[in-house]
Amino acid sequence: MSSSSRNFYEFFGIEPKLDLDESALQKRFYELSRVWHPDRFSRKGPEESARAMENTAIINDGYRTLRDPVRRAEYLLTEEGFPIGEQRSKDVPPELLEEVFELNMALEEMRSGDESARPQLEEARQKFVSMRTEIDGQLKSLFAKYDASESESETAKQALHEVRGALNKRRYVENLIRDVDKALNPALSAAQTSED
Amino acid sequence: MGTFQIDFGEDRQSKIVGIDLGTTNSLIAVMDLTGPRILEDAEGRKIVPSVVSSLPDGRLVAGEAARELLLTSPERTVYSVKRLMGRGVNDVREELKLFPFRIASDSESVIKLQLGSRTYTPPEISAAVLRQLKDNAEAALGEPVSQAVITVPAYFNDAQRQATKDAGRLAGLEVLRLVNEPTAASLAYGLDKRKEGVIAVYDFGGGTFDISILRLHDGIFEVLATNGDTHLGGDDIDNLLLRIAIEDIGSDGGPSIAEDPEGVQRLRRAVIAAKETLSFAPEAKISLDYKGTEYQRLIDRSLFERLIAPIVERTLEPCRACLADAKLTPEDINEVVMVGGSTRIPLVRTAVERLFKAKPHTELNPDEVVALGAAVQAGILSGEVQDQLLLDVTPLSLGIETMGGVVSKLIHRNSTIPASATEAFTTAVDGQRNVLIHVLQGERELVKDCRSLARFDLKDIDPVPAGFARIEVRFLIDANGILNVTARDARTGKEQSVEVKPSYGLSEEQVEAMIQESFDRAEEDLRERQMREARVEADSILLATEKAQKSEAWAHLSPEERGVIEKAKAAIQAVYNGSDYRLLNEKIEALNRATQSLAENMMNSAVRGALKGTKID
Repeated sequence: MSSSSRNFYEFFGIEPKLDLDESALQKRFYELSRVWHPDRFSRKGPEESARAMENTAIINDGYRTLRDPVRRAEYLLTEEGFPIGEQRSKDVPPELLEEVFELNMALEEMRSGDESARPQLEEARQKFVSMRTEIDGQLKSLFAKYDASESESETAKQALHEVRGALNKRRYVENLIRDVDKALNPALSAAQTSED
Repeated sequence: MGTFQIDFGEDRQSKIVGIDLGTTNSLIAVMDLTGPRILEDAEGRKIVPSVVSSLPDGRLVAGEAARELLLTSPERTVYSVKRLMGRGVNDVREELKLFPFRIASDSESVIKLQLGSRTYTPPEISAAVLRQLKDNAEAALGEPVSQAVITVPAYFNDAQRQATKDAGRLAGLEVLRLVNEPTAASLAYGLDKRKEGVIAVYDFGGGTFDISILRLHDGIFEVLATNGDTHLGGDDIDNLLLRIAIEDIGSDGGPSIAEDPEGVQRLRRAVIAAKETLSFAPEAKISLDYKGTEYQRLIDRSLFERLIAPIVERTLEPCRACLADAKLTPEDINEVVMVGGSTRIPLVRTAVERLFKAKPHTELNPDEVVALGAAVQAGILSGEVQDQLLLDVTPLSLGIETMGGVVSKLIHRNSTIPASATEAFTTAVDGQRNVLIHVLQGERELVKDCRSLARFDLKDIDPVPAGFARIEVRFLIDANGILNVTARDARTGKEQSVEVKPSYGLSEEQVEAMIQESFDRAEEDLRERQMREARVEADSILLATEKAQKSEAWAHLSPEERGVIEKAKAAIQAVYNGSDYRLLNEKIEALNRATQSLAENMMNSAVRGALKGTKID
């Protein structure tokens, strides 16, 4: 009954790879929507309409998850028994410790109205954004490594383990960027919240 | 009277109508073989003003008739009630200063408006508008109408959508789908337009503002993002001008015009006329004859534009946020579609053109395009329109309250609907039987900054030690943008019962009671009509009898016969002013029987009289 009990990859009829053809996924999304959208079932009986709604919810939830590389990777990790849930943003990656300490001081100053911290924060933001780009590059090669490996193999497991590490670091950096944005421009970030 | 029905040899199903239930005006449309078409009333009018008035006998009238009553009985007439749909008293305190709404004192989570001696909730008032539209459509189509698609602002939250759906039910309509107004407009435009591309729909109506960005792809209308303000519209411009005019007129020591509801309404009309003129003329006059003095105020385009610039600017902020959410820049927008009466204002058009760097489309009448689109959606539901499909999104994020008054987001804004999320809950105390889940809508992180939607009470949980229960709760936003919640005990697999307590809006029981009441009311109306008809009948038989009593035939009756007739007449008069039409009909029947031989005698003498002058061959 719950959407999570149906595997999104299976539902879309595509192989469970970390790297996938996004335009093909979109095409499949449109095809499935045309078949299952509740609009197509409004004059059918309640049972058929309910099934249409259930399936369309899976199609929409699945498309939303699979089209985004980060969400897709998180999903596949969970499905493969590598849940990322708990350790999301608690632990500071060791290589960032010093940076984060200084950043927090600057953030405090900015929040208390001290504009002199602005250049430092802007510089830090630059740094974190390029760090994120770097992680995305790592993820891409890890995706390829996993996709090329045999399923259930040691290589596959090792790849997923590394993907999880990269995702956690990415999430951490993402949160730092968000905090900096919030401090730099409180009005704008009140209207727009994080994606996750 | 019998009518001919052409049988097309198919299982003919009644039409699904498309309704634009607007803040200021409402329209109803239907899909024809040639495309969507607005249905007119008996006088050929397409627009039904969203104004409702309560008559002294308690009946509600809507539309043009109510608009007239706005001037003569402003205290029993309301407009712009859409602004109150799905809202609580505290939400609208600011607006009440400018709108002549009279809120009943017992308003709690649902606003109640005082109209004459009765109070009405916003859905009941909207239902009166819907009923008027339904009547117009039935007359125009010559067949009953029972199913509808109704449009709502894209940025409407769950409670506002639910209130609209309730209004439909109260009007005797099965609401098959709520469609977002800008998306509906894109359907109307998309009929013979380019098949691919990204379009922005800028919808600035009487009371609400929406922006939606869609990707068109081979008949699929995929909404990428939407944003808006459900309390921003042409009304706000009217109020701006109204405030200036009221100040102008001043009070001259006496009571201000602001204290006089009728005066304010007449001034409002004058202000709206001037605003509309300013859309095509360089200047306009607000003029009003008030208590013998003539008020006149010339407003030129540049003053008008300076006045409304902040309002226009307020529409651009959601546009920028919407672009950001769609991960697009203005250059990515291929076309811009303008919807809503307020987009006739030249300043609005130039502002939109400047932002999106594209000349906006204004080919279709901005007042009609939403209703036309609703009819297209009705056609999609009925199967008449096969090649188009709308994939809409939820405008607001949905979350639940967690520790410390923080909202944990479950479904993010701009997720394609239907969308779902599943969350597991457990108990904190041994043997705990209930778990209360507080659901909110909004983008902020704290409960106090989000909109409370409802509290869901998971009841009769199996008593187990703390932390052992595992209830899986499924949150599903359906294609109407309305939340449905189901729960399951993951240990037993049993369906878990959930009681919904909406934070704003009517409960299911209240809606049921109102529907029942409207049935009762309809019965009462029917009884009254039958009583009036019986009286007409009684009048005519009494008149005929009196005439007969002066005839020759009356003299031929026995005294007993005359006595029976007199008694029967008296019996009619005795129940004539009562409320029992059946009783009156009985007495009429009795007089009918008593006068039968009298009538025959009269007939015979009439025939004899007629025969005297005629020769039969």
